[in-house]
Amino acid sequence: MSKSIPVVSHIGQIRGKNVLGNIMSTVPKLLMPVVGILLFLAIWNVVAKNIDTSLGQFPGPAQVWEQTFTLIDEHSAQREKADAFYARQEERNAARVAKDPTYVPKIRDFTGAPTFFDQIWTSLYTVMVGFFIASIVAVPVGILCGLSKSAYSAMNPLIQIFKPVSPLAWLPLVTMVVSAVYVSDDPMFSKSFITSAFTVSLCCLWPTLINTAVGVSNIDSDLVNVSKVLRLKPLSHVQKIVLPASIPMIFTGLRLSLGIGWMVLIAAEMLAQNPGLGKFVWDEFQNGSSESLARIMVAVITIGLIGFLLDRLMLSVQRLVSWDKNAVLR
Amino acid sequence: MLHKTVKHKFKQVAGSLTLVASLFTASVTTVSAEDIGWPEKEELKFGFIKLTDMAPLAIAYEKGYFEDEGLYVTLEAQANWKVLLDRVIDGQLDGAHMLAGQPLGATIGFGTQSHIITAFSMDLNGNGITVSNDVWAEMEKHIPVENGKPVHPIKADYLKPVVDSYKQAGKPFKMGMVFPVSTHNYELRYWLAAGGIHPGYYAPHKGDTSGQIDAQALLSVTPPPQMPATMEAGTIFGYCVGEPWNQQAVFKGIGVPVITDYEIWKNNPEKVFGVSKTWAEENPNTHIRVVKAMIRAAMWLDANNNANRPEAVKILAKSSYVGADADVIANSMTGTFEYEKGDKREVPDFNTFFRHNATYPFYSDAIWYLTQMRRWGQIAEPKSDDWYMQTAKSVYRPDIYTLAAKALIAEGLADPKDFPDFDTETGFKPPQTEFIDNVTFDGSKPNEYLDKFSIGLKGDTVL
Repeated sequence: MSKSIPVVSHIGQIRGKNVLGNIMSTVPKLLMPVVGILLFLAIWNVVAKNIDTSLGQFPGPAQVWEQTFTLIDEHSAQREKADAFYARQEERNAARVAKDPTYVPKIRDFTGAPTFFDQIWTSLYTVMVGFFIASIVAVPVGILCGLSKSAYSAMNPLIQIFKPVSPLAWLPLVTMVVSAVYVSDDPMFSKSFITSAFTVSLCCLWPTLINTAVGVSNIDSDLVNVSKVLRLKPLSHVQKIVLPASIPMIFTGLRLSLGIGWMVLIAAEMLAQNPGLGKFVWDEFQNGSSESLARIMVAVITIGLIGFLLDRLMLSVQRLVSWDKNAVLR
Repeated sequence: MLHKTVKHKFKQVAGSLTLVASLFTASVTTVSAEDIGWPEKEELKFGFIKLTDMAPLAIAYEKGYFEDEGLYVTLEAQANWKVLLDRVIDGQLDGAHMLAGQPLGATIGFGTQSHIITAFSMDLNGNGITVSNDVWAEMEKHIPVENGKPVHPIKADYLKPVVDSYKQAGKPFKMGMVFPVSTHNYELRYWLAAGGIHPGYYAPHKGDTSGQIDAQALLSVTPPPQMPATMEAGTIFGYCVGEPWNQQAVFKGIGVPVITDYEIWKNNPEKVFGVSKTWAEENPNTHIRVVKAMIRAAMWLDANNNANRPEAVKILAKSSYVGADADVIANSMTGTFEYEKGDKREVPDFNTFFRHNATYPFYSDAIWYLTQMRRWGQIAEPKSDDWYMQTAKSVYRPDIYTLAAKALIAEGLADPKDFPDFDTETGFKPPQTEFIDNVTFDGSKPNEYLDKFSIGLKGDTVL
């Protein structure tokens, strides 16, 4: 017991030194981003004051900050309206059942306009579905291309041709196909949602596909030899050797895909007038009020932040599933 | 004599319009809320374009008039008039705020062909023509001045020298309007032609739908909210559009509104509420209830000498409706119109939603639009007076309006004084004289009317 005390304090000393050292070394690390952001805000503020658009002065950080709260207020006001709407609806339903007993009352969704936060949610949901569809197609095809030279040669021209195609070129085709093919009386998803999600998928496919193929074909030959020695069946070869070894490259692809998907979605929503953040931006632009630019700027920053968070999310998933915990990921 | 036959025809047509309609006509005397029956479709989606004259829709929603009819309506802004019409045709929208020419144009097959009908006229007037600052500076030299201010109405005669100078310099004089069958297109053309500037012909039978044949001023389509930006970019030198986009040009200092459509044709019908004929046949009760709610909204908008307008402006300024600044919207909605910056004048009827029977779908209004379609070649072949009547009657449906209005009267929500006398109303306004060129319009004689214009197709002319 008495022996252990100096040991503990010794450890404490070492820790203390380390903490100090850590602080000394992390201060610039923490400080620099803050400096960067402050510098950006300052430049933005000055530049904004000197740009006069026909919708008034370009919004500076202060106006954007103010509009953020306006948007939050609008959201809560709309929620209150929604509550009142449901209450009224129940009363009306009851009154109608009293008059007309054959009527089967139904609660309908709130009919008010979606708020900024509703639109964020719609966009996130759409991008995730589109990204998911793309990934379940791209990863298996990528593995196939990585394993087999001939499969790769067959796929390569298609990949090279379709990879650089802008989402906006796909959009009219997707819209028309969805309208023609997706016909149902009581659709589970709205057409606009399906259109946006598929457009995102079409653009998300390529980075994942290419990176997976490259990752699979570059597996360390030692690992492949191990598999050969153990005479692993093709499926277990993929499961035990190929997948774990190419996880870093697959995730590099997935992260690129998700980033592209997010950018594509905003553009698609803007062009197709499908609900989401893109439509919010377009509607505000059309409104042309003196607050429009500040509100669009709020959306721009939100889009950026969400894109950043999505990327971090993928990074942590990658860390979780990656076998090499020491690899440097950024 | 002709008037009598028209009346007679009206009765005939009204009696045989559709099965549903005639069933209702038979019971009009006893109509009441219960007689209309429950709505067939309760969840509805209506489209609109960001213009102040979508107000009846916004008010019917915000004031709960739709809900009073048991309707749960979603209002959705549309990107442009074409998208809006296509979505009504393919059923994504149950109905929409439409240009008066759209149901007519769609029904006769100019553009997308589909039978669209309307039982509710949304407003009178509400448009203006704006020119860029440069053009205004040139025009101003020719305009007579009184008390330091230009004399209104300003005719296109003063624009003519500007157009001529552009022509001599080899530059095309381009102007924007919102849609080929829009009120704005016809008003801009009417104004230009009245001043001796040829706005160009359409020739759909030859595949030419640009409307620029023989044109001295080239007109092209720009969606309303983008008008000010397009003019600022120098792509067009002027435009004809609804509010708030003329007033916004004044606020932004990028242009000067020269004339309102009230001065081109006093109390001209502007927007209508259009639905597809199939939809109307499948949902007759819903349709009548929608019209009821919208009549109430229009009454509210005009009640007590526009007393509710400031509140309406606040509602319209919300970003989900028109979204422009409240003071820009207020400028025209509260009975004034600002021409040059600081030159604010009273135009009490600039935006009329209910007064002067604004909501009643008059056949003569439909016929005026049809005559303009013929005048500019959108209707390529000569048509008989009878064709104009029949087309107007297949699109404009005062029978449905009448049922809705009578139901409101029976419920004590409306006063019969505020409506035309339904027993004697023929759907034809008496000959109207208040046009900028003083040409009289008699809805019962469309071909005779066309003969009065020096610029425009008439008689047997085919391009």
